[in-house]
Amino acid sequence: MGLLIAASGPVIPNFGGASDKCAVNNGFFCWNWFTQHWGSTFGPAVVQHIILTAIAVGIGFAIAFALALLAYRFDWMETPIAGISSFLYTIPSLALFQILVPFTGLTRLTVEIALVSYTLLLLFRNIVTGLREVPEEVRDAARGMGLTQRQILLRIDLPLAVPAIFAGLRVATVTTISLATVAAFVVDEGLGAPIFDAISRGNFKTEFVAAAALAILLAWVADLLLVALQRMVAPWAAKRRSSVVPRSVVRAIRGRRRPISAVRET
Amino acid sequence: MQTEDDTAQSSSPRQHARAAELEFKNVSKRYPGADKPALRDLSFKVPAGEICVLVGPSGCGKTTAMRMVNRMIDITEGDILLDGKSVRGRKPAELRREIGYVIQQIGLFPHLSIGDNIATVPRLLGWDRKRISARVDELLELISLPAETRDRYPAEVSGGQRQRVGVARALAADPPLMLMDEPFGAIDPITREHLQNEFLRLQEALRKTVVFVTHDIDEAIKMGDRIAIMREGGVLVQYDTPDRILADPADEFVARFVGLDRGLKRLALSKLSDLSLDDADSVRDGTPAHGQANPDRVVFVDGQSRPVGRLGRDREPEPIGPVGNPDTSLRDALSLIMSDDNRPLVVVDADGAVAGLARLDVIAGALASHNGRDAPAEARS
Repeated sequence: MGLLIAASGPVIPNFGGASDKCAVNNGFFCWNWFTQHWGSTFGPAVVQHIILTAIAVGIGFAIAFALALLAYRFDWMETPIAGISSFLYTIPSLALFQILVPFTGLTRLTVEIALVSYTLLLLFRNIVTGLREVPEEVRDAARGMGLTQRQILLRIDLPLAVPAIFAGLRVATVTTISLATVAAFVVDEGLGAPIFDAISRGNFKTEFVAAAALAILLAWVADLLLVALQRMVAPWAAKRRSSVVPRSVVRAIRGRRRPISAVRET
Repeated sequence: MQTEDDTAQSSSPRQHARAAELEFKNVSKRYPGADKPALRDLSFKVPAGEICVLVGPSGCGKTTAMRMVNRMIDITEGDILLDGKSVRGRKPAELRREIGYVIQQIGLFPHLSIGDNIATVPRLLGWDRKRISARVDELLELISLPAETRDRYPAEVSGGQRQRVGVARALAADPPLMLMDEPFGAIDPITREHLQNEFLRLQEALRKTVVFVTHDIDEAIKMGDRIAIMREGGVLVQYDTPDRILADPADEFVARFVGLDRGLKRLALSKLSDLSLDDADSVRDGTPAHGQANPDRVVFVDGQSRPVGRLGRDREPEPIGPVGNPDTSLRDALSLIMSDDNRPLVVVDADGAVAGLARLDVIAGALASHNGRDAPAEARS
């Protein structure tokens, strides 16, 4: 507990200038105060928040991607990897900080370790599922036409897993943006910092609302950007959705289809 | 040594004969842990440019046999020779690029355009862009798809079109051998027949060696120059032309597999153009002389000798019923005759003029011979 109080200590409130009124009145939102503190508080906080998130999702994706390729290649590895990442996912963030601080201190590293471990499960699951959902007949055709294992992975499996991978990235990114506010327990960074500041000042609503709204906006924009990026990387997926047959029908038919080996001999 | 050989072959597929001879030599397949072999001592030869259909019930090993040719499944014993050369020593990926591969589920790559799908093997072989692009255009035309289909994704075209693209993709590098695993199996009957005919027409021009797997004996009879009938346990029971298999089944199993109507199926292999026709008594105007011996032979014709009516059994003129043409199968002709009181069928030539009459007993005589498609000639004598 002492740790947490200490952590919120360095947050230095900025009572300044003409907008003191805002702090005194404490209305729901005071635009003046917000614009006055954009340069000193919110702007830097948004940038820090983006950096915290980008590092966490970037490293998390790299690790999850490598693990997913391993699990895809060696089936037996999927269960232990999924087990460990599920376990990490279930540790409450505050508890994880407490565990990490003695080793890594009140640093950004502590925050990133925690954030990365929360992205692993989502990303790993989605990448593996995406790879495994490549239709068997597509892979069979690729092999039959003379693609090597490596070419099948690079030219068939991974491109076809892109929609599933992006689905994972979107959830992981939005989750991390929301989770990164808690980082302010450890370091004075991100949109969590003004939220803590607002609480320590007796619930200063304007600061609180502004920081929360910015976090939500950030999550929303990040999600939109990822959707746009997916459209660029996998334009075919959008075409598939708009094809004559609704996806639910396609899925129903696929579900009923027996495995290739069973169909072939009938 | 092997590799040098391989690269020399894979880099220049056009140096191959356009079709390769395929030979199974005492091929067996045994899966580890299975007490019975999946294939037992399979030996047969497919001459270059012919379609060989592997047909049989589930579990007869027909797909296994096909997939051993391009080493999707390894050979346990024996050998498979492509133009006299063993496939066993070849690098699987390189071997497969020389062999067209079509499966029932098609397996088009959903993330690639139709054009890129077709270009798959040429790209693997390192063709230059221009040559690939020209080849894609050529193939789209061959399978009669509009040129703009090239940029569509597989999900944007119909099932029949996807199946055609699957065939085009397999043909892209002009392989001397095609493997086709129930290629028309998952398609509605009308489209299937259409695609079958289209493929036969393609084959007329391309003359590839084709190994075609199906469980449907009718499809086998229609598509095959030769049929290999297989039985549970991976045993080849009979390997012969469709006509010989229908005329002379090797054993009870084959007889049952081809069906009790094998006589009719055989008739479907021959056309009226194979048959010797009786002369008709064409009557241009007015009524024929009374007392004519056989009213069945009388056909009323118009100015261009086209049939307009016949003389009924009651010797009263009646309008013309169904007529046959040179392309009508003997089976259809038989059906028309039997639904017309067994009267001979009026046959017209390509211009619609009366060519003659097809008699029931002449058609039946075509079956009596075991000499295949020449049978009608014997019935004539």
